[in-house]
Amino acid sequence: MAASATTHGGSGGQNYGRLFVILWIGISVVATPLTTIVLGRNIPPGNGSTEATSQVLDNQVLLAVSTPIAVFVLLFLGFALTVFRARGPELVDGPPVRGDSRIQILWLVVTTTTVLFLAAFGTFELFDAAGAGAGQGPSPAFLPDKHASALDVQVIAQQWEFTYRYPGSGGVETPHLVLPAHTLIRLHVTSLDVVHSFWAYELGVKADANPGTDNVVYVTTNGPRSFHIRCAELCGLWHGYMFDTGRVVPAAQFASWTTAQQATFKPVQQYLPPYATTYLPDPQRRAG
Amino acid sequence: MGPKGMRVGGVVLGVALVTAVLVIYIASYLVGNTPAVRATTKPGSPRDVSLYIQTVAAVGPKLAPHPDWVSYLIRDHGRWVRSTVWTLPANATVHVTILNYDGASGLRNPFLGQPQGLVGPELVDGKEIKAFPPGQPSHTFAVPELGILVPVAPVADDAKNPCDVAPCTMAQAHRTITFTFKTGKKGHYRWQCFVPCAAGYIQGFGGPMQTIGYMDGFLNVV
Repeated sequence: MAASATTHGGSGGQNYGRLFVILWIGISVVATPLTTIVLGRNIPPGNGSTEATSQVLDNQVLLAVSTPIAVFVLLFLGFALTVFRARGPELVDGPPVRGDSRIQILWLVVTTTTVLFLAAFGTFELFDAAGAGAGQGPSPAFLPDKHASALDVQVIAQQWEFTYRYPGSGGVETPHLVLPAHTLIRLHVTSLDVVHSFWAYELGVKADANPGTDNVVYVTTNGPRSFHIRCAELCGLWHGYMFDTGRVVPAAQFASWTTAQQATFKPVQQYLPPYATTYLPDPQRRAG
Repeated sequence: MGPKGMRVGGVVLGVALVTAVLVIYIASYLVGNTPAVRATTKPGSPRDVSLYIQTVAAVGPKLAPHPDWVSYLIRDHGRWVRSTVWTLPANATVHVTILNYDGASGLRNPFLGQPQGLVGPELVDGKEIKAFPPGQPSHTFAVPELGILVPVAPVADDAKNPCDVAPCTMAQAHRTITFTFKTGKKGHYRWQCFVPCAAGYIQGFGGPMQTIGYMDGFLNVV
């Protein structure tokens, strides 16, 4: 296709290959910094955590790689619509397309290099960001520094609400998620019924909540803020209403909040099962 | 109009008809054909309203197309109707009475056994309840967005004169649950039961638990 563009394209048999390459490079040189730096700063999910900041960088790199590709495709489309279109009343076959080994090799080298670079970069980022905010199952492969001292918080999904348990605060369970600022958190995500997905948007956290499974996520919070929580797995009638707002608060405020929660939910504390990474609830007299 | 135009018109009409049927079917499934019921207002106090509710193990053939489904009913103009879409005024105090005629099912998450988000206590047969053991509640009335959770006390398994099919009467075995909450700002808030009480359905959360008009619905706060 590219061979025909460079050697046969256009009215009058002009060589548009050079013009195409010059335009492509010129537009890419201008567009890539614009999209990467200007647009890239506002790319989701923001900077609510170290992992979220890392995801913004990942998205910026993806933008930087994909912008020249998008420019190439759009420019070629523009050439096809304007320069290479058939004119005149007579419809005739175009010139035959012949292979060009140089272009084929160049195509293979460029695409292979691009894909391998992205694979290597993505793998490095998974290691570097300790899982990049994704659920890693019960035995995480990517561990952050000082992971042994991380604050454990459990996320319990059920149709159709998330509740949260703090094993370091007497196993108190709460209806809302509050986390201390600038702290490494180890989230244990599980479900009591069907498959849900815990998505803390601005923290860059997304992890499936499977019944009987402890899905571990590491996240390091940044400064105080609120963040959106949603279920990201279709889980029944009220899936769309399975949302909440979480908060990251200063460490001292977090301590007083957990103390207050312990007092508020003291009556039900006696009925909670001992803290465990998963629960297989019973009784379910009617449930199958 | 030529034959080509007729064909195109026929296809357009057919697609429109099929789309309309699908939309009506899905919409009627989601709302369960239940009309919204307005809360009873105290004379002279438009921001002080009451809801009078009944929970039953089987709704019966007179009130629903699924007679054996567990359901909520609401008192509207002196009669029990099957509706779970209730209209309430904003920034109002809502006094709720639930007559529960159903037995225990048990909570999957024991944490949901403690009343939350109420003005004052939850009373069961006039007595304050701080928290239920997880095996006890029949149902819950929960509005997650408003932070409201009310576990519903069960009728004993060996109670005399139980009610099998709705609507049930005061002479039949029941528990009376009363509580008060505030509505806050205008909005469209879903409510649901958290007890897996849908007998015969996977995880106890199918059928009436996922059909508006039975064990879940909306509070239209206007």
